[in-house]
Amino acid sequence: MYTYSDFDAEFVRNRNAQFRAQVNRRIDGSLTEDEFKPLRLMNGLYLQLHAYMLRVAIPYGTLSSRQMRQLAMIAEKWDKGYGHFTTRQNIQFNWPKLQDVPDILDALAEVEMHAIQTSGNTIRNVTADHFAGAASDEIADPRPVAELLRQWSTDHPEFQFLPRKFKIAVSGSENDRAVLRAHDLAVQIVEKDGQQGYRIFVGGGLGRTPMIGKVLRDFLSPEDLLPYVEATVSVWNLLGRRDNKYKSRIKITVHENGIDTVRDKVEARFAEIKPAFTGVDQEMLEGIKAQFALPAFRNASIEALEAYRAANPAFRAWTDTNLTDHQNDNYAIVSISLKSHGKTPGDASADQMRVMADLAERFGHDELRISHEQNVILPHVHKADLPEVYNTLRDAGLATANIGLISDIIACPGMDYCALATARSIPIAQQIATRFDELKLEHEIGALKIKISGCINACGHHHVGHIGILGLDRAGVENYQITLGGDATQVAALGQRTGPGFSADEIIPAIERIVYAYLDLRTDADETFLQAFNRVGMSPFKAALYPAQSKAA
Amino acid sequence: MPKPFQPSVVTANHLLDGDVIYQTAADEWSRNLSDAEVLTDEADAQIRLLHAQSQPAVTVGAYLAEVALSVEGPEPTHFREEFRKTGPSNYAHGKQVGAAPGPLEASEETI
Repeated sequence: MYTYSDFDAEFVRNRNAQFRAQVNRRIDGSLTEDEFKPLRLMNGLYLQLHAYMLRVAIPYGTLSSRQMRQLAMIAEKWDKGYGHFTTRQNIQFNWPKLQDVPDILDALAEVEMHAIQTSGNTIRNVTADHFAGAASDEIADPRPVAELLRQWSTDHPEFQFLPRKFKIAVSGSENDRAVLRAHDLAVQIVEKDGQQGYRIFVGGGLGRTPMIGKVLRDFLSPEDLLPYVEATVSVWNLLGRRDNKYKSRIKITVHENGIDTVRDKVEARFAEIKPAFTGVDQEMLEGIKAQFALPAFRNASIEALEAYRAANPAFRAWTDTNLTDHQNDNYAIVSISLKSHGKTPGDASADQMRVMADLAERFGHDELRISHEQNVILPHVHKADLPEVYNTLRDAGLATANIGLISDIIACPGMDYCALATARSIPIAQQIATRFDELKLEHEIGALKIKISGCINACGHHHVGHIGILGLDRAGVENYQITLGGDATQVAALGQRTGPGFSADEIIPAIERIVYAYLDLRTDADETFLQAFNRVGMSPFKAALYPAQSKAA
Repeated sequence: MPKPFQPSVVTANHLLDGDVIYQTAADEWSRNLSDAEVLTDEADAQIRLLHAQSQPAVTVGAYLAEVALSVEGPEPTHFREEFRKTGPSNYAHGKQVGAAPGPLEASEETI
């Protein structure tokens, strides 16, 4: 894992000292709220519905056990004993007090963490495939590139007052687990003629105008990465609209100007700035890569595992859903579900954080990952250790066997916390999970991703859910629109709206009707919901959703 | 034609902990909607709002929120204000537990 340089440590320390003084000046009345707000947002501090919220970056979703324990400590000492993992690999604390935030930031700095650029019109936390460095299908670990981009983008003087926020994701695999095509800019490590390089996507995004990212450059040589990304952000910084915040993201710039025009401008700017990049960045990248070297995998027999699986059905079910192939055959990637039926998606208590930290330290080469799907990953677990890992997770309420299933729901905080929300998300997720658990249908249904947003800004990624749910305020009543057929992977697609929305009371039965329609029409148990939708289209689902209208028609 | 002025209360978030607070007739701040001063005259409401906005050491983002009048006092007319009054629905946090509702301590108001 990357370790802070002296420069990093001093930068964060100085920023924290500045913010401490800014908080003091706000409290003693020297700063107005209008003056203070941009300063707190630069440091990840929002004011939400009931309290402040501190959003802490987890760069490329990677945490050590020490960092996870510190998050647990912060949750207990300054919050209400839990944290909320988000769809951009951040953790949010929902109840900090203003005067405690400088101390929280200092506690984060002790473990090389911060909340800088988790808000505001800046380049945000750089995210990555949560299986990075472990996945069997990976060309290369994307995290060194993500770390290089993090260093380059942090406090970059040209990019502190962008037209709007700018989100970057990086992946090292053809199978997209990082929702590359829904990011302002994405970097995919690819191979061409035996050479590694990068494919660059631009102009993806969800929100009120969802767009699938387009290829800006199909193959970029490694040494051109930083100047090319800098050229892209630079072009948008000038070309992007500042007259209307709903039209300011780069997806609109690409849409309005066309990808070819944007590409021409980027190439021109790239040619201009490339000579200034003399190769120092490549030396830095090599240094960063060394810090992401694979752990020393151990050799041990995995013969006992099959017998243990055969004798323990619950363990077997968990291994069926929550494990992913590791690049080392004796290892597995363990996904820890933060989606226990009826619980808040993405929340972990301080005790649970410590359990996961202990497991990472004892059995996981001291690494944890946070996924954009709001789960926690132990990327390197030797298969011989899986029974003990499972039993420990089970005792902590963390062994729900539902990864990729209907109850593994992404949900934004919604109107239970968020000042921007137009409806609640969390209770809808809780009720769907509880309902399908009661029906004992979850495993029968198979792979199905439900994603819920409590407003049009789409933090819950509803556009790319197989079933997407969008909560709106319709004349003072919560109303939920459904989209079907969204896909967050390398064949990204935006879901299509089914029709009129449903009230909070109607939405769970509506989801049930969709699921039963799927079970009725699928060719066999191997045809997933998404495959079935792509085969038959919207009509059968519409008929199931709106029976009265379809009879009348 | 503009909508006639509806009974309203002045509400904001508290500077130090962000909690939802309401302006009372006694010119204090309360965490409890039932203590709020109900304003029925628009001009009067604007003056009370300006008064709230002039207290940056206590309030953040003061605004007028519509209420309905009941025997128990003012009640929210919109679900957003209901959640602000009550707290989140997934945990018994915020106003549902902890600090008893009522007037803020003088020390809380002035730091």
